[in-house]
Amino acid sequence: MMQTLDPTAQPQRGMTSRLEGELLEVSMGPQHPSTHGVFRMNVALDGEIVRKLKPVFGYLHRNHEKIGENTSYLGSMPYTDRLDYFCSMTNNWAYALSVEKLAGIEVPERAEFLRIILAELTRLQNHASLLGFLLSDMGAWGTPLMYAFREREKILDLFEALSGSRMMCDYMRFGGCRVDAGEAWLKQAEKIVDAFPKFLDEFEKLIVENEILIARTQNVGKISAELAINAGLTGPMLRACGVNYDVRKVDGYGFYPRFKFRVPLGEHGDCYDRLMMRVLEMRESIDILKQAFPQIPAGPIMNPKVKIRAFKPPVGEAYGRIEGPKGELGFYLISDGTANPYRYRVRPPSFINLTILEDLCLGHTVADVMVILGSVDIVMGEVDR
Amino acid sequence: MLSLEEIKARAEQAVPGAIVTIVPNPSPANQSTLLLDNEHAAAVAKFLRDDPTLRLDYCSNVTGVDWLDRKVTKKVKVKKIVEGEEKEVDETQEEFFPGYLEAVYHLYSMSQKHGPVIVRMRTKDRGEGARLSSLTPIYRSAEFQEREIFDLYGVHFEGHPDQRRILMWDEFTDFPMRKDYEEPDDYEYEPTPHDEVLERAKQHYTPRPQLDGAENITATP
Repeated sequence: MMQTLDPTAQPQRGMTSRLEGELLEVSMGPQHPSTHGVFRMNVALDGEIVRKLKPVFGYLHRNHEKIGENTSYLGSMPYTDRLDYFCSMTNNWAYALSVEKLAGIEVPERAEFLRIILAELTRLQNHASLLGFLLSDMGAWGTPLMYAFREREKILDLFEALSGSRMMCDYMRFGGCRVDAGEAWLKQAEKIVDAFPKFLDEFEKLIVENEILIARTQNVGKISAELAINAGLTGPMLRACGVNYDVRKVDGYGFYPRFKFRVPLGEHGDCYDRLMMRVLEMRESIDILKQAFPQIPAGPIMNPKVKIRAFKPPVGEAYGRIEGPKGELGFYLISDGTANPYRYRVRPPSFINLTILEDLCLGHTVADVMVILGSVDIVMGEVDR
Repeated sequence: MLSLEEIKARAEQAVPGAIVTIVPNPSPANQSTLLLDNEHAAAVAKFLRDDPTLRLDYCSNVTGVDWLDRKVTKKVKVKKIVEGEEKEVDETQEEFFPGYLEAVYHLYSMSQKHGPVIVRMRTKDRGEGARLSSLTPIYRSAEFQEREIFDLYGVHFEGHPDQRRILMWDEFTDFPMRKDYEEPDDYEYEPTPHDEVLERAKQHYTPRPQLDGAENITATP
């Protein structure tokens, strides 16, 4: 079992060690298969132990926010897909929710149900593929990732059937959704959701009790609840520390108050808990989806009063947030009454979850850094914007 | 949760000398803001975090906003004496609002599950005075986000532990999120050592005498 070391304590060495007291600076990344994109860490190593770690990013920076300020409100909607390209549906929802807050728009019932269904499907496929990536980082090359991607592909097929695109869905609009889901689509979605627990059981059996996985993740990258709150961690990262905070429950946006689901909580705040959070959250998502399919009402999917073209919200500002699969995803908008937002700001969850990457890694070995980074669940499209 | 007026009163009581102003928000979102004065901002933020009824322990979103200098022309009716008679005359008046940069913090409470309380700070101007006190010592989550504001807006946060550029490269000199930012013609241009070498070479060659007599030597028999 790996031990958590006190980062300030010097490891015991033989008297003759030539490397006594010398730190070796290593640049991990930017082109590294387990950095989940173009991401670099400047690490100062004492032997194999990490003594200092500075994340370096911005390689994918295209100033998303400036582009958003030079585009109309609707024009930014497809661009939000490119933030966290795994979860375009939740990105769309967060942006739509903020604009709806800014302009005071109501959303019809059927659209709210569709949004919940799509958001939870997104959560399923994000968490499933994250587990695959994490195991792949740990050296379980191929099999778990392929198992996860097989399931993800089914959900992406659903997205494609509905919106025309697998990943860049551009599905939601202010005041509703773009196209309606037919009966056949809903049936197919229900079928896939019904079959999902079988995959999850198998996957859990494959990974959760695996001795190597336990040895690599338990007691690695521990974080206290106090620091987690202060550092603004959100999503599964935060709940792994035992803090009960889920925006779906706290804000009760959309129709979430109508659904019964539990918020899984961790205890130790280590990599294993973070990993288990994803497994347990998938089970809750399946619960929500199973409740949603029989309830979905017929009706319009767009608020007919909203003019989405030449859309000009009143002067003011609004901050809207949702519980994305990676954490709290928020959009902060300031309107000056024109067709373009005066300020368009994305609160990217994985960017802010990276703030304490150094704290997580200090005192661990280089090999653990990859596991810890994998458990944070970053997507560079969102971190760099 | 307490109303903004109550929060303002409590904060001003707890931190002597602090000036907290409420900035109204006319949008349907109804999220009004507390404007903190720069001197006491950190103390007020600490109070907001530690006060037992507020417990705003979670700083979610930190962002910058750029407000340019602005002139507002208004038509005002002024009484004037025209041709010996007092009359009301329309006159245009120009009002000048100096520009500033803003940092906006969205605070929530994880223990009490309420929020947001939005807090903002304003710089003196958009040039040398673009300085604010950092809230990173109070909210760790502001660390990268304040670095991002420094990078993209050029606001210096005093007391920030590690203020460097975060998204742009270190040699970049401008602040791209400012409203008056102009895109360079050539994004790739940066002075390279090559330019310096050329410059030095030029200096080396100019004082060289053009005619040193050698050209007069000809192969005459």
